[in-house]
Amino acid sequence: MPETTMLEAIRQALYEEMERDPAVVMLGEDIGVYGGAFKVTEGLLARFGRDRVIDTPISETAIVGAACGMSYLGLRPVAEMQFIDFIACCFNQVTNFIAKSHYRWGAPVPMVLRGPSGGGVHGGPFHSANPEMYFVHTPGLKVVYPSTAYDAKGLLKSAIRDNNPVLFFEHKFLYRRIKEQIPEGDYTVPIGKAIVRREGRDLTIVSYAAMVHTSLEAAEQLAKQGIDAEVIDLRTLLPLDRETILASVRKTNKLLVVHEDTRTGGIAGEIAAIVCEDAFEDLDGPIARVTGLDTPVPYAPPLEERFLPNKEKVVVAASELAKY
Amino acid sequence: MNHSLTRERQLELYYYMQLNRQLEERMERLFRQNKIVGGLYSSLGQEAVSVGTAYALETRDWIAPMIRNIGALLVKGLKPRDIFTQHMARYTSPTLGKDGTSHFGDLKVRHVVSPISMLGDLIPVMAGVAIAGRYLAQNIVAMTWIGDGGSSTGAFHEGLNLSATLHAPFVLILENNQWAYSTPVSHQVPIKNLADRAVAYGIRSRIADGNDVLAVYNTTKEAVDECRAGRGPILVEVKTMRIKGHAQHDSAQYVPRRMLDFWKARDPITRFEKYLTESKLWDAKQKSEVDARIERELDEDQKFAEESPMPPPELAEQGVYCDGCHTIEADWHRPKNELMPPASSVEAVWEVADFGALSEVGAHRKQASAAGGNGKKSARPAAKPVTNVAPKEPPKSSSHGPAQSDVSKQPALRVPFGRGPAKGKPFEPRPHDKRGRH
Repeated sequence: MPETTMLEAIRQALYEEMERDPAVVMLGEDIGVYGGAFKVTEGLLARFGRDRVIDTPISETAIVGAACGMSYLGLRPVAEMQFIDFIACCFNQVTNFIAKSHYRWGAPVPMVLRGPSGGGVHGGPFHSANPEMYFVHTPGLKVVYPSTAYDAKGLLKSAIRDNNPVLFFEHKFLYRRIKEQIPEGDYTVPIGKAIVRREGRDLTIVSYAAMVHTSLEAAEQLAKQGIDAEVIDLRTLLPLDRETILASVRKTNKLLVVHEDTRTGGIAGEIAAIVCEDAFEDLDGPIARVTGLDTPVPYAPPLEERFLPNKEKVVVAASELAKY
Repeated sequence: MNHSLTRERQLELYYYMQLNRQLEERMERLFRQNKIVGGLYSSLGQEAVSVGTAYALETRDWIAPMIRNIGALLVKGLKPRDIFTQHMARYTSPTLGKDGTSHFGDLKVRHVVSPISMLGDLIPVMAGVAIAGRYLAQNIVAMTWIGDGGSSTGAFHEGLNLSATLHAPFVLILENNQWAYSTPVSHQVPIKNLADRAVAYGIRSRIADGNDVLAVYNTTKEAVDECRAGRGPILVEVKTMRIKGHAQHDSAQYVPRRMLDFWKARDPITRFEKYLTESKLWDAKQKSEVDARIERELDEDQKFAEESPMPPPELAEQGVYCDGCHTIEADWHRPKNELMPPASSVEAVWEVADFGALSEVGAHRKQASAAGGNGKKSARPAAKPVTNVAPKEPPKSSSHGPAQSDVSKQPALRVPFGRGPAKGKPFEPRPHDKRGRH
């Protein structure tokens, strides 16, 4: 099997789903002739035509609104945000129109809204954000954030086949930096299921997206210090897989949450609340977190480095936690 | 009036307008009895807009009403009981009590998309409905309404521009009722005819007297027919007046008395009744038969609503996601293989019809292919690039737009309100206001 990047895995998922089902259509800015700002959609226009790969004006509200309208007629549109930061431009469509549609009047919105997210590439305050928690706080949406090429392909296929609006975050730092062998042909990864990436006994590190890799590197270093960390990759943030988190905490009795998103209102707070509610007596130490700063993502490399969690910060926090 | 509606269909227009009005009058009484759970938004005086526009559509067409377009819902086949139960938050309502007012829809049978309270967002959604309908070869038209107030939103612009760019079979009714809550249209938008905005989107527009149901119907019917024939989106402005306040709590003291009187004298139902009588299309007996039928239907549906239970509390926790409760399947009216490779495959290049320089405006127009191709290959432009050509004459203001009026040619005029009379001057419609009339 050939080695595949995350970006290529995402393109494969789009390509295969469009081959499988003519109800799958795409729309977004510069996705057709140009093939997308990161070339995720390269080659799709030539193969599937202008009715199925629609280059739109720069208008995020119109892109998402039109995708919603198309889904009402039974299509399964995949809308692209050129950078996920621009999802703020269509916040109303996503949170008020799409998310509430099924609950309010029983109209499912089987669409995917995907786009490159996250920092570490010197994109500055408007091309580096992790806005997932705005939407994790919005009932009716599903929020998916994969960390591997295998999961990216399988989860995107699940998202396209899901009857609900799925926000699919693609960490752009991982697009071309991770490679792995993935099976050829069709497979899916279920939405709403976390996975244990590394088994351990001493403490649990819960993370997602690029920070899974940071956490795994930290776990290797912690192992040299005699600390055996378990690493959980959430993969889906909404609905959250509470059981996998709780089962791990019941085993290790200690919890560290690592995410790139800003600290206040990040998912670490929600996970801490869940563990306090359902596994308080299993805890042997305080719930710790390593997160992005409560600031915009800054531009200059030394500033962005300061903003982002890294292996060292995770190792320090985990070592402190292990002392309890 | 030049129209092709049979007597029966004209009487049906009356039926829907009167049903709309009587339904709302009953709901006002229910509101005063504290039986309406939330707000109540009257469409008094605007019935001809809701009914006349929706009446121009086919069963297969799609609509998304605004909150006041109850008449459009009735024309589309939804029942007074749906409106009663929605407002009274009953378990028997289309949303089971999860939302109120006209905030409901019907995807499968009536093809109605539910509005949300934020104005403008329906425009891109219905543009998407129109594009999907074309993709599936359903030959449908998508229609929604926007107010004078809502036409200032960003979603209005994005949606209309997208629909124009994609040549969508989409009709936007701009229901100019003169007031956005308490703010008159002249203080929201510095142009007299909101239809003029169509010029900026490169789409066609029309204007109709919104208190003349036949004018509304005729204008909309032409717009719908053109749209279905593939001529792209169209903006129809209908000029009317919101007779009541924004909602029940609002006594609308801010509306000038003379303006209210002006519009009350043009009540759409009184006008149409007079027309039907003068044209001898009915007599007193036939009118009372229709009115009695309306009373009967409303009695029955109001009783149904009042006897319906509230939803069980546990319903609050259900239905956030579709867990297989709906089957999602498009209604294909064309062979799917047309949309699959290799039939769908194209050369991934742009067709650029002209090169954007001042000197060549129009030079390559005839070579431009029609927008919105159906995924078929078309010839690349034969035009050759022209470089370094200085403009020979100063740029002209664009007056070649497909819309039918040009604001710049009209004399500057401050109009105190809507189409009402200017101070000390008798009211006289100006020629361009007659465009929607026949």
